[in-house]
Amino acid sequence: MIHKYRMNGLNIVLDVNSGAVHLVDDVVYDILDFYKEVPEEEIASKLADKYTAEAVKEGLEEIKELEQNKMLYSEDIFAEVIPKVENRNPVVKALCLHIAHDCNLKCKYCFAEEGEYHGKRELMSLEVGKKAIDFLIKSSGNRKNLEVDFFGGEPLMNFDVVKGIVEYARSVEKEAGKNFRFTITTNGILLNDDIMNYINENMHNVVLSIDGRKEVNDRMRPRAGGQGTYDTIVPKFQKLADSRNQTDYYVRGTFTRYNLDFSKDVLHLADLGFKQISVEPVVTDEKEPYSIREEDLPAIFDEYENLAMQILERRKNGQWFNFFHFMIDLTGGPCVVKRMVGCGSGTEYLAVTPTGDLYPCHQFVGMEQFKMGTVDTGVVKPEIRKSFEGCNVYTKPKCRECWARFYCSGGCVANSYNTHGDLITPYEIGCEMQRKRIECAIMIKACENNG
Amino acid sequence: MKHINTLNTKLLQNTVAKGGCGECQTSCQSACKTSCTVANQACENK
Ligand code: SF4
Ligand code: SF4
Ligand code: SF4
Repeated sequence: MIHKYRMNGLNIVLDVNSGAVHLVDDVVYDILDFYKEVPEEEIASKLADKYTAEAVKEGLEEIKELEQNKMLYSEDIFAEVIPKVENRNPVVKALCLHIAHDCNLKCKYCFAEEGEYHGKRELMSLEVGKKAIDFLIKSSGNRKNLEVDFFGGEPLMNFDVVKGIVEYARSVEKEAGKNFRFTITTNGILLNDDIMNYINENMHNVVLSIDGRKEVNDRMRPRAGGQGTYDTIVPKFQKLADSRNQTDYYVRGTFTRYNLDFSKDVLHLADLGFKQISVEPVVTDEKEPYSIREEDLPAIFDEYENLAMQILERRKNGQWFNFFHFMIDLTGGPCVVKRMVGCGSGTEYLAVTPTGDLYPCHQFVGMEQFKMGTVDTGVVKPEIRKSFEGCNVYTKPKCRECWARFYCSGGCVANSYNTHGDLITPYEIGCEMQRKRIECAIMIKACENNG
Repeated sequence: MKHINTLNTKLLQNTVAKGGCGECQTSCQSACKTSCTVANQACENK
C-alpha cells in the first residue's frame, strides 16, 4: 500500500509497510496513478500528452527498483508481527496519578468536569501515593524505566503529597532496580519560585496548560469567578520554561470550534518565547457548542497546512520552535510492534484515582465499568485488561486499511469508546485530523532534508 | 535515481526482530493526554 499527496510543491509518496518516504517528480507521481492498475505498456500512452515514452520508461524502472528493495509496495508484515504483539505480555510501566480531583479553574472543556471526574472533590493521600509506587514497582517486571505523571484536576493543590511521593519513589528505586521519571501537569495558578525550583530538580517533564491568545485562553480557561487566567500564568510559564533551558516541557493548549484559526494561537505561544508547543483539538461530546464537527474539517486542514508553512518559514529565520503534533522521526522512531499497539492504556499505562482505584487511563477515570482494581488489590479484572491488550492496528478494521496506521498506531481508545461505545472503532474526525497532521509533519521533514 | 529521492532508508520490516522490548515511553505521557501518536517517539532499545 502506498499513499501519495502533494503539498507545498512537493510530490510525496509514502510506502506504508516499510515506512519509506519518497519525493518524486511529476512523471513518477502520475505513473503511480496507473501502476498496478493497468498493464504497464498502456501507461505511456495514458500519459502521452504529458510525458515522453522515454521518461515514463525511466520512471517505471525506478519504481521497480524500489519495489525490489522493499521500499515501495512492500509487503504487509502483519502476519509476522502478530505473534510478537500477542505474546508481548505487557507489564505496567507508567501510572497517571490523579493527585487532586479538584481544581482552581473552571475550564469549559475539562474532561475531568472541573476536576471532579464524575465524582466528588478529593485529594490523594500520601499513603495511597506510596501504595501506587509499590504497585508500579511490583507490576513492572524487568522494565527499568518507569513513568509517573502527576495529573489532576490541579496537582499543585496537593503539592505536599506530590513531594512525598517523589521522595518515597527515590528512596526505593535503586534497590528495586528502577528508574523513575516524573511529569507534572499544571494550570500555573499556584506556581511560585519554590515550586518551580522543585519541579526543575525533580521532574523529567512538565506540561503547562495554556490555550494561546489571551481572549482564546480566557474564554475557555476562566477562574471560578469568571476572570481570565492568561495574565497570571504567562509570566510564570515563561520563567519556568526559561529556567529549564526551553527543553523538557510543553505549553499545552486545546483548540475548539471557537478558534479554528488556532495557528494564530500556536504562533502566539511561539511569540511569547515558548519553544515546545502542543495545541490539540478538543475531544468532547459533539453536542457541546465548541465541539469539532465534520464540517469544520476543511478549515482545520487549511489551518494545519498554514501552520506547517509558518513553522518552516520561522525555522528558516532562526526562530525554531517545536510543535508536538508535527514531530516525526523518519530515520528512527519506534519499532513496528510499538507502532501497532499504540498507547498502552489498560496494559502498560494505568490511571490511579485519589482513593487508589485503577482505571485503564486518565480518560476512563470515573466510568465504573472500567474500574480494574485498586492499588491494594492490584488488577482484579483481567478481562478489562484483556480487552485493551487486544487493541492494535490489526484488530481494528478501519486501521488495517488506513495508510497512517504505523504513524498513528490506531488512535485513542478513549476517543473510540466515547464516540462509538467500543474500543476498536476509531473516532473518524480525529482520524481525519491525524492523517492531515502526519502529511504536514512529513512535508516539513521533506523540506528540511531537501535544504 | 533521477526521478525519485528517498528520504529514509531505515525500514520498518527490519525493526521486527529486535522490537517490542517495551522500554520506551508510553505515548500519552509526553504531552497530549487526548490522542495517540507514536511516530515521534524515541526508541530506547539502542
Ligand atoms: S524501546 Fe524501541 S524496540 Fe523497545 S518497544 Fe519501544 S520502540 Fe520498540
Ligand atoms: S488515523 Fe484512524 S483509522 Fe488510521 S490508524 Fe489512526 S485511528 Fe486507525
Ligand atoms: S486511550 Fe487515549 S487518552 Fe487514554 S492513554 Fe490511550 S491515547 Fe491516551
